[in-house]
Amino acid sequence: MTEIQIKLNGSVERIDVDPWVSLLDLLRETLKITGPKKGCDQGACGACTVLADGRRINACLALAVAYDGSEITTIEGVSHPIQEAFIHRDGFQCGYCTPGQICSALGMLGEYQAGMPSAVTEAGEVPAGKPSPEEIRERMSGNLCRCGAYNGIIMAIQDVAGTENR
Amino acid sequence: MKPFTYLKPHDIEAAIPAGTPPGTKYLGGGTNLVDLMREGIEQPDHLVDITGLHLDGIEELPDGSLRIGAAVRNSTLAAHPKVRKGYRVLSEALLSGASGQLRNMATVGGNLLQRTRCPYFYSDAAACNKRQPGSGCDALDGFNRSCAVLGVSDSCIAAHPSDMCVALSALDAVVHVQGPGGTREIPLTELHRLPGDTPNIENTLEAGELVTAVVLPPPLSARSTYRKVRDRASYAFALASVAAALEIEDDKVTRIRLALGGVGTKPWRAYEAERLLLGGPADEQAYRRAAEAELAAATVRAGNAFKVTLAEATIVAVLRDLSKAGAGS
Repeated sequence: MTEIQIKLNGSVERIDVDPWVSLLDLLRETLKITGPKKGCDQGACGACTVLADGRRINACLALAVAYDGSEITTIEGVSHPIQEAFIHRDGFQCGYCTPGQICSALGMLGEYQAGMPSAVTEAGEVPAGKPSPEEIRERMSGNLCRCGAYNGIIMAIQDVAGTENR
Repeated sequence: MKPFTYLKPHDIEAAIPAGTPPGTKYLGGGTNLVDLMREGIEQPDHLVDITGLHLDGIEELPDGSLRIGAAVRNSTLAAHPKVRKGYRVLSEALLSGASGQLRNMATVGGNLLQRTRCPYFYSDAAACNKRQPGSGCDALDGFNRSCAVLGVSDSCIAAHPSDMCVALSALDAVVHVQGPGGTREIPLTELHRLPGDTPNIENTLEAGELVTAVVLPPPLSARSTYRKVRDRASYAFALASVAAALEIEDDKVTRIRLALGGVGTKPWRAYEAERLLLGGPADEQAYRRAAEAELAAATVRAGNAFKVTLAEATIVAVLRDLSKAGAGS
């Protein structure tokens, strides 16, 4: 066991952890933070997406011990207009993927604002303003929604893009 | 997951002795290694995390080349102004791979050493010479749609999964490593091995050798690009991909770099096509002839013969686009 310290949704946690425990299992099983979901447990579905020092990651592929000293934000620590927007735009049906979708969207909007290009960015230069639906689709491709609420998700993200920083 | 020890050293001098004993693996972002460990395909006794070694810098060297630390995250590299401007093929290749989350985690060194996604490599119910040497290869007569057609052997037809490596191959990147015996440089094109009779040995690194950096020669004057063809528009491995740089003067090809992904057992530098194109006419007929010559070496199986046509067509399309875009101007 190794003692690690993370700042989880604003509060400092000191936990003993075995090196083979994923950040996702630490959150869900030890800390009872069950917003991040274990969909595939292999980095394919994005349901476990959390923010680590502001960057979106798949918590299932992260060894908790490697995130010693990090600031972790899960859906439990998010209070943002995007949550209302998901409701207004029908950005979910069953809701299972939603915590990951929202954490991913917040990370993605930060990347967009920072000028990071995507595979569909023309000439690699990110234009000012809101990301286009095409940009959002590409940038959110790591989050699957088996209910198929993609159109609502994209509209919800567009509604709040550029409205505020995290 | 099988238990293991974890160490995160703060300097390379401590990391290498820790990373040298058998059963030890270096850990970057974990996006491939942790998955393989969970599946039981990798079972290291010790992990040495390399993200505390200050290998996360990108710097231009006095001769104009670009030194990229092995722990630089894929998303950081793709977005770096010097990469977007001088090595567009690399930025595009990185952005075509994986997802936003995975690119934030994955490191350059880890991407270089990521392992195949051949379904038989991932299934311990299957025979796989890469996973279990001598057990056979169920891909040969199985579901081999994703498998390679170039560089294959009777032991293994697993495709190399990386997009980044294809671009690095075209760019003549050099991999810098440090190990118990000191430092050395390996051209990217010589880092990965063809499967032959030992598909379990995938690269030319020796025990304890740690990738510390990738160095790109100064930017080419030629325009470059990466095109990836896959089953869906995003977040899928390549069926075929092309990294290319092309320069044309007086309707002749004066500079050409061509590498292929998704079709080779290693990142595939298309030397034969380059040889045929250089100095010749910059027209569609020449592009097609060169593409067909490169793919003439292909060995296809029942499920992946389409990759020959697909790779040829993609090469021609990419060169046509680079020509139209005013290559050489």
